[in-house]
Amino acid sequence: MGKYQNLFKNLKRAALIPFFVIGDPDEQTSFDLVKTAINAGADVLELGIPFSDPVADGPTIQKADIRAMQAGMTPAKAIDFVRRVTDYKPLPVGLLVYYNLIFQYGVEKFFADFKAAGGTSVLVADLSIDDAGEIAPAAAAARLETVFMVTPNTTDQRIQKIAAATSGFIYTVSLMGTTGQRTELSDQVKPLVARIKKHTDKPICVGFGISTPEHAKQVALAGADGVIIGSRIVKFIEDNLNSPSAMKTQTKAFLESVLNALS
Amino acid sequence: MKLRGRYGRFGGFYVPEVLIPALEDIEAGFERFRGDPKFTAELDDLSRHYAGRPTPLYHAKRFSEHVGFQVYIKREDLLHGGAHKVNNALGQGLLAKYMGKKKLIAETGAGQHGLATAMIGALFGMETKIFMGSVDVARQNVNVHKMKLCGAEVVSVSGGTCTLKDAINDALRYWTSHVDDTFYLFGTAGGPHPFPMIVRHFQSPIGTEARAQCIMQFGRLPDIVTACVGGGSNAIGIFSGFLDDAAVKLVGVEGGGKGLNTREHCATLTTGSVGVLHGAQTYVLQDETGQIRKTECISAGLDYPGVGPEHAYLKDSGRAAYYAVTDEQVLDVFERFTRSEGIIPALESSHALAWLVQQKGKLPKETVAVVNLSGRGDKDVSIVEQHRPMR
Ligand SMILES: Cc1ncc(COP(=O)(O)O)c(C=O)c1O
Repeated sequence: MGKYQNLFKNLKRAALIPFFVIGDPDEQTSFDLVKTAINAGADVLELGIPFSDPVADGPTIQKADIRAMQAGMTPAKAIDFVRRVTDYKPLPVGLLVYYNLIFQYGVEKFFADFKAAGGTSVLVADLSIDDAGEIAPAAAAARLETVFMVTPNTTDQRIQKIAAATSGFIYTVSLMGTTGQRTELSDQVKPLVARIKKHTDKPICVGFGISTPEHAKQVALAGADGVIIGSRIVKFIEDNLNSPSAMKTQTKAFLESVLNALS
Repeated sequence: MKLRGRYGRFGGFYVPEVLIPALEDIEAGFERFRGDPKFTAELDDLSRHYAGRPTPLYHAKRFSEHVGFQVYIKREDLLHGGAHKVNNALGQGLLAKYMGKKKLIAETGAGQHGLATAMIGALFGMETKIFMGSVDVARQNVNVHKMKLCGAEVVSVSGGTCTLKDAINDALRYWTSHVDDTFYLFGTAGGPHPFPMIVRHFQSPIGTEARAQCIMQFGRLPDIVTACVGGGSNAIGIFSGFLDDAAVKLVGVEGGGKGLNTREHCATLTTGSVGVLHGAQTYVLQDETGQIRKTECISAGLDYPGVGPEHAYLKDSGRAAYYAVTDEQVLDVFERFTRSEGIIPALESSHALAWLVQQKGKLPKETVAVVNLSGRGDKDVSIVEQHRPMR
């Protein structure tokens, strides 16, 4: 059984999965924030490598990408960062990248290096199941788990195809749109999770737009194995650029309240 | 998706899952209607009576004298809206209408594609939203006003480099949350499949007409066919008519900006490397880690770090050759061509003219070169004035 499945099976609640852009706002603060999240009870980490043209991301994560790039983050340094994180605590780490970055790094080498750094899975935001063949051999050779997205408009037929190619979890996108905070939880979460469950028993983690402990609770009640929270957390960085300590206290307090809601 | 959308290794559809059904929908719509007699008859009628096709092929005699060989101009500048962009906007707009879509979105650089889409939005009574980088909004202000007059909303995009690349990013992002009722009318022969295929199809009359006109007007095929290349739609439009004519040399001309030895240019095919941007594997301007580079060009319509995948394929296969000319060379030919022909060329199209000037003295007098004059330069007059103040 894979790392993810093992974890979800033994956890009595939905997993808490915070997302950070690696190197936002700078490498050291970013590492401190990840540690903060781990200490606050994160079960899995979802980490993004900053990209110049992140089409799946809303304004909050776009700005985080720019901050991280300006502070010098690169794909090679991001892999070193993952090593530091997994040295600190060996929890599962999923990576979110845009294809061009690993294309330039060399797909095979990238997957091997990420695995050597203790990483668990790589989700390529702009590579659909139709082109999964471009990364599948490298992922298999590195013995990484596979994660693909399902969106509310994904057909049943595609869900089956995606589930068959998944060994980690199904990254379930809660809404039609980009990442970013939302006031309301998307009403598509419940029907979408139910629809995926009709086709597979692979783990389901839901992300995009999940912004409050109450949202997280609703997602868990819908039957998800994990809750991915990105923009809400990244916003604590944006809102406190002059105060790393405020970033940490707010991130910690928020994650603890989510964990509370999930327990 | 039914097709892979590949040109050799290039092309494809590298997009987030949420956009796949939307692209499949457009692919299916195109396959259904492209040969539909009612659709083609309506498109043909509008191309003639609304857009102004066919466009003339004109022998630019005084300019020919200057360069020392025969230059024929394919007059896409005479089309409604002032550029070749209307060919594609009309075709895709009609497709959107036949597919039952009520809203159009588009990206634009120089504003020519935005204007063409705004016109078609007005023509078909569709709500239209145009995404345009804030730098381009400032430098192509007249087109912004024209779009608004047509009833379109213009969204000024201030992310990233604030130019065409970022307008595409934001249009794609917007589309992800509006795929149900909105048709993304992509403006160039790039982006994810099926756009390169569709845009080429609707721009191909340029090449078909030009080839027939060559034979009619001077009894043979030209030696050279040249066009400027931003994303590559006007170039693929004219090239498509001559691809099978091996003796016809195809030349694409890119924006060399301040020079290829600087970083301030947008010569993607000439100096770039293979990568993945905006849904396609193609040549891109990027740093060694894969971050997309900022581009610079006097001509907003060429100011883009990617290029349509078929051009990447034509470059690698050797069927077409790609070169770059600098802003200064473009300004020189803009003035020269206007004075010798009384035709103000778009700065984009002036790139192809500038390449011809570089061939001065290298070609026999009987050589015939066909240039795609992709647009008229009215929109560029104030930019030229800034660089070359009139005495
Ligand atoms: C007149 C004109 N020519 C050329 C272009 C470049 O586009 P493409 O390379 O797709 O023809 C533009 C784009 O705005 C344009 O306005």
